[in-house]
Amino acid sequence: MIRLENIHKDYGSVKANDGVNLSVRPGSIHALLGENGAGKTTLMKILSGFIAKTSGRIFVCGNEVDISSPVKALKAGIGMMYQEPMDFPQMTVLDNLMAGRPSGFFISRKKALHDLDRFSSDLGFSFNPASNPASLTLGERQQLEMIRLLSLGVKVLILDEPTTGITDLQKDVLFFSLRRLAKLGHSIILVSHKMDDVTSLCDEATVMRQGKVSGHFSRPFSSQDLLQCMFPSGGDVDIADDYQPGDPFYFLDQVTASSSRVVLKPISLNFRQGEIVGLAGLEGSGQELLLRVAAGVSHIHTGAIRIGDTPLTARSMKAYQSSGVFFVPGSRMEEGLISGLTLSDHVALCRSGHTLFTRKRAVESQTSRFIENFFIKASPHSLVDSLSGGNQQKFLLSLLPDTPRILFLENPTRGLDHDATAAIWNILKTRVRHSGSAVVFSSSELDEILQVAHRVLVFSNGELMMDRLCHDLDPHDIGQAVSGIKQTKY
Amino acid sequence: MNDTLILIVSGVIAGSCPVLFAALGETLSEKAGVINLSLDGCLLLSALSAFAASYQTSSLMIGFLAAMMTGALVSLFLGIMTLYFRVSQVALGFVLSLFCRDLAYFFGNAYNRLQGVEVGPLPIPFLSDLPVIGPSVFSHNIVVYLSFLLPCALWIYSDKTKAGLSMKSVGENPYAAYARGYNPRLIRLCHVIAGGILTGIGGAAFSLFLKAGWGRPQGCEGTGWIALALVIFGSWNMFRVALGCYIFSFLQIMGLLFQQWFSDVPAQVFQVAPFPLMIFSLVLVYFTNRFSETSVGRNQRKYRLFFLTARFLSKPAPSHLGKTFEP
Ligand SMILES: Nc1ncnc2c1ncn2[C@@H]1O[C@H](COP(=O)(O)OP(=O)(O)OP(=O)(O)O)[C@@H](O)[C@H]1O
Ligand SMILES: [Mg+2]
Repeated sequence: MIRLENIHKDYGSVKANDGVNLSVRPGSIHALLGENGAGKTTLMKILSGFIAKTSGRIFVCGNEVDISSPVKALKAGIGMMYQEPMDFPQMTVLDNLMAGRPSGFFISRKKALHDLDRFSSDLGFSFNPASNPASLTLGERQQLEMIRLLSLGVKVLILDEPTTGITDLQKDVLFFSLRRLAKLGHSIILVSHKMDDVTSLCDEATVMRQGKVSGHFSRPFSSQDLLQCMFPSGGDVDIADDYQPGDPFYFLDQVTASSSRVVLKPISLNFRQGEIVGLAGLEGSGQELLLRVAAGVSHIHTGAIRIGDTPLTARSMKAYQSSGVFFVPGSRMEEGLISGLTLSDHVALCRSGHTLFTRKRAVESQTSRFIENFFIKASPHSLVDSLSGGNQQKFLLSLLPDTPRILFLENPTRGLDHDATAAIWNILKTRVRHSGSAVVFSSSELDEILQVAHRVLVFSNGELMMDRLCHDLDPHDIGQAVSGIKQTKY
Repeated sequence: MNDTLILIVSGVIAGSCPVLFAALGETLSEKAGVINLSLDGCLLLSALSAFAASYQTSSLMIGFLAAMMTGALVSLFLGIMTLYFRVSQVALGFVLSLFCRDLAYFFGNAYNRLQGVEVGPLPIPFLSDLPVIGPSVFSHNIVVYLSFLLPCALWIYSDKTKAGLSMKSVGENPYAAYARGYNPRLIRLCHVIAGGILTGIGGAAFSLFLKAGWGRPQGCEGTGWIALALVIFGSWNMFRVALGCYIFSFLQIMGLLFQQWFSDVPAQVFQVAPFPLMIFSLVLVYFTNRFSETSVGRNQRKYRLFFLTARFLSKPAPSHLGKTFEP
């Protein structure tokens, strides 16, 4: 159906794609794998016409096609769902669906509404056409984008890391609809870092490494082989563990808060030194809000927050930071990094201290050290925008101070490859062990929480449903708590 | 009593006409993502072009066309520089505004205090015979009638047409718009120019009937900045922006009336009063938004009416307003 021949893409001296060949059969689900910065997104953006290739040829159904803009790709039946959502957050769902659709001078909302209904019921999604994407979850925004592409008659659907940041439930819905589409003869290209997704869903898999194709697999394949091909040198990095919780030092007392999506019921909690706490729950159940409230980013309505004996309630972000409380947001480009600045600019911003001038030399060597320690593929002078999704995430984490007292992380390993995830957790765990700090994080993946956390908090509808230690935990209990059945405390 | 009422209503309607054109033009431009800060200077320059062209040719039509051309050219320049050469929208717009003002005064010297043509009233048959409403609403000139229809027309444009949708999408997220096959820069340019043309009509309205003639000051100075504020006050909604224009015009008329009624208060007080009042209402809108954001869920039921108003007033700005799009 689709054949890519000898695709090259150079960004200055960086060879993002270096002679890639790939062919995708009709009716198959094809996985594209590879470490962070391997060139997957670049290749897919070329196929969807979003960026121009340096050289190479693209064939659709045996005919060479010119894909130099997204419209031409759509005409050729190729549509892409991007790594970061590409929609209009403040326009209604219906208008989102209609933007870019061929129509007469006046637009017909009725027809779009009809399409929305038809495709949603086909694929098992449901939407309120008058709501806007800003109020939807990441998963729902993806679903909307899928409906849009399909309603335009797309035959080849590219999904760039669709399973990061969505809940397991939404993942099931997504996979169900993908299988259905494949059965109807669509080709699907899935970019992912999650071996389980690939082995359970995909018919074929291509592995990329440093801009080249390094392996091709057909069903049946094992995740062991795939990992071996992606990281030939690295073995399994095992996550060291010893849990010695210290004294409680961070206290939330009868805290209430609300966001546009959820109202947090009064909640009292404490975090101990040397503890890693995972927050779980369906998206929008309050765990994200709690994290932000505890980190001082969102305001509380009532209640109190203190660290040791220092009250923090209603203090400024600066007060939180100077008492050692740090927060890493999940939306990396929107809240975390500043688009248009280089890596060393960021380091200078975060680390220069109270001097008027930045010390260029020192900042650069510090940046290089971060790049090395966190395996970031970039140089100190690269713009953050030019980093691959996973490398942006790694860089964001590297900016954290060395000796915090407590860290609040939103989806910290979103978009990281297998090795990077393990490496990041190793770094965090070492810090926790040596400095007796605490880490509180949210993750859309229960597996990750069960693997690294010492203690898990489960939320449902703004209420804390479960607060338990992770060893001696029955996954069944978590399932119950997630769906809103209260579990007894430990 | 009736006479005063007629005076106020007809004054509000006529006086709001140029601000309406300018503010709605700016709304178009900002909805597409470009802040056109040159508004104030552009109004003055097009007021001059309208007066000069119509004075030379004694044709009103040519006067209006000249003003529209001026508006289009100024915004074309701003559009090309900001969209294609990535000049900062704020910096360029500001400088352009000052430049246009000086240009207008410079070329305007030759036309100081001359008697030119004026747009005459066009009472609408039958309707203008109605008591009170007739003389106050249906006895204006054609440009004023157009300013009535403009918010509706622009609302239909932005909400019901394909082009309107493309305008909103490039203002929200030009990258996503590009991925959907739009040409964000071209679409933005078109809307900036359309905004400039409307601003031009606003300028012509000043020099061809509202404050007919040319002088220094002409009398329209500062209106552009108010129009810019009104776009924010109206939170980028055509009808709300129009409402803001009428409120502003009302404040101005009341200033004039109060000046007659309380003649011992210095006249300047009433002349400048509308401006701080406008600022005050902007601040009010801001705090209403803030308050409704932070207390959702707490006192929802108690202040229902308040929340509904706040929600009505609070519409966020186009997400990509003022930023450059780099493909
Ligand atoms: N605009 C750009 N300018 C310069 N270099 C770029 C640009 N975009 C991408 N690159 C580089 O190209 C390489 C491949 O990036 P790409 O985004 O395709 O990786 P990826 O496989 O999608 O990784 P991830 O899993 O982290 O998303 C990276 O080294 C990146 O730094
Ligand atoms: Mg990527």
